Amino acid sequence: MNGILTIAHLTFHEAKGRRVVLAALILGAAFLLIFAIGFHQIYQDGVANNHLSIMPRVEQRVGLGFVAMAGLYAVNFLVVMMAVLTPIDTLSGDIRSGTIQTLVTKPIHRETILLGKWLAFWIILAVYLVMMAGGVLLIVYAVSGIQLPDAPTGIAFMLLEGTVLLTLSILGGTRLSTLANGVTVLGLYALAFIGGWMEQIGSLLGNGTAQNFGIITSLLVPTEAMWQLAAYHMQPPLMRDVAITPFSITSVPSTGMVVWAVLYVVVMLLIALRQFRTRDL
Amino acid sequence: MTELAIETSGLRKEYGTKIAVQDLTLTVHRSEVFGFLGPNGAGKTTSMKMLLGLVRPTAGQARVLGEPLGNVPARAGVGFLPEHFRFQDWLTGREFLRFHGRLFGVPAKTLTRRIEDLLGQVDLLDAGDRKLREYSKGMLQRIGLAQALINTPRLVFLDEPTSGLDPLGRLLVRDLIVRLRTEGTTVFLNSHLLSEVEVTCDRVAFVKRGSVVRQMSLAEQTGGMEVILRLGASDARLLQGLARFGRDVHSTPDGTAVGVSLQVEGEEKLPEIARWLVGQGTDIYSLSMGKKSLEALFLEVMGEDERPG
Ligand SMILES: Nc1ncnc2c1ncn2[C@@H]1O[C@H](COP(=O)(O)OP(=O)(O)O)[C@@H](O)[C@H]1O
Ligand SMILES: [Mg+2]
Repeated sequence: MNGILTIAHLTFHEAKGRRVVLAALILGAAFLLIFAIGFHQIYQDGVANNHLSIMPRVEQRVGLGFVAMAGLYAVNFLVVMMAVLTPIDTLSGDIRSGTIQTLVTKPIHRETILLGKWLAFWIILAVYLVMMAGGVLLIVYAVSGIQLPDAPTGIAFMLLEGTVLLTLSILGGTRLSTLANGVTVLGLYALAFIGGWMEQIGSLLGNGTAQNFGIITSLLVPTEAMWQLAAYHMQPPLMRDVAITPFSITSVPSTGMVVWAVLYVVVMLLIALRQFRTRDL
Repeated sequence: MTELAIETSGLRKEYGTKIAVQDLTLTVHRSEVFGFLGPNGAGKTTSMKMLLGLVRPTAGQARVLGEPLGNVPARAGVGFLPEHFRFQDWLTGREFLRFHGRLFGVPAKTLTRRIEDLLGQVDLLDAGDRKLREYSKGMLQRIGLAQALINTPRLVFLDEPTSGLDPLGRLLVRDLIVRLRTEGTTVFLNSHLLSEVEVTCDRVAFVKRGSVVRQMSLAEQTGGMEVILRLGASDARLLQGLARFGRDVHSTPDGTAVGVSLQVEGEEKLPEIARWLVGQGTDIYSLSMGKKSLEALFLEVMGEDERPG
């Protein structure tokens, strides 16, 4: 455990040293600022309209809820990028540079090194997610007084989605070059993404083939399914009936899918440990 | 506890169809400086990596500090300077050593003292708070060396430790190795550069295309010293006279003077030779002595068929 923490500590240091954290913070702050200005503007317009015309209060709330969900959807993309990109180079880069040789010849197991790195990036990801999603929710509440139904559960599912991608990115790094790893993990994410949409449309149109395709891709890469669950728990109740949008979920992934996602992380992590333990460095 | 620091038999490594190390069978005693010598591509780095558990042997066995390969706790007593490396260059020299010390499990209090001590030894005390990315190649090599010694290892592996160093840096490394030997540390040294090794190694193994072709003790092999003279003139009578002090007397013209070399038993012969030459009325331009050049030996062992790697 001590070894894991030492490696995690170094990994934080590295993320800081390589300005990863700084870049994420600056861009995150810029995003929140723009979102705050935009959301405020839309709210003001709505309020102004409300005085002059006949826009019903309910419709305005739905509109604002839509904007809030769009903000969270953007955060979801940022989190996906953070999950894939921050650890993409951590093993393959160290292997390429030979840095790893001075780590694995220390009296610590290779597994410890991998777990330490995983833990550090997971913490960075979790903090980033809570800050960004929390920021959006806070802005929405501060400006309009709107509270999305179940934000903590939603954020938890987004974290699970990020954890899946982070673990895949670390797994790829045990054998692939940085570039090949990036292409692979983002490719898998894209597959799950399009699969998720097909499932939604399939269920809307009653097309079983499309729905099955979506379920299979979700089993292969349970990321989009986690976003759908997150969106389902956070969206304002009225939005579910509006139309198909990335965050008005018609077909809700089952609890089984959640269990599968957790299991998936564990299995991928075990494979990564095995791959890393047995390879020549 | 066994007397051997390293013991291997038939270690072999194949990368696909490429045989990097064919048959590594050698022994390294405790507290000796062991030179593992051979041209580029001979398999020195791969051999070292197998001993360090970085690379899995295709066949064969080995024990390092009495433990089988891959024993994790045993690594607490082992230091390693890789051949090619890029260290965590966002750290300062001190942070870097502290981090590696922590990975070795060196207690915090001992570590602080050890870091300052080592920074002094590798002449980086004033650069200790600068980031590694600002270090020159030579400074990196030296901080790498300090890293390899941070845990006060019983056995240290150095892969081409003098590569990238200027003459002063090489001298520093050489002195450090001598110091390690006096402290009883076993040093396993990979090198294709022979001049520094000559003075530091107790024993050497020559490796050629993945196999150890010869292992020997340097002191025993050279079995004496070589005397090199530059004289005003020489003739058959003088050379015959010199033959009384040693063997293998050779002379070669050297500018206006004549160079003469011969093998003697020990350095006590040197003043005798000088006295005798003065008595003969011969002009002496220079008179020196050294061990038989390892380079000559290297070429001899590698044979004619070896081409530059
Ligand atoms: N990872 C590898 N894959 C394939 N061949 C390798 C690998 N590492 C080393 N080799 C080959 O094995 C041989 C020995 O390499 P190495 O141990 O680095 O030699 P040295 O350190 O003596 O210069 C070389 O021919 C090298 O090309
Ligand atoms: Mg080498």
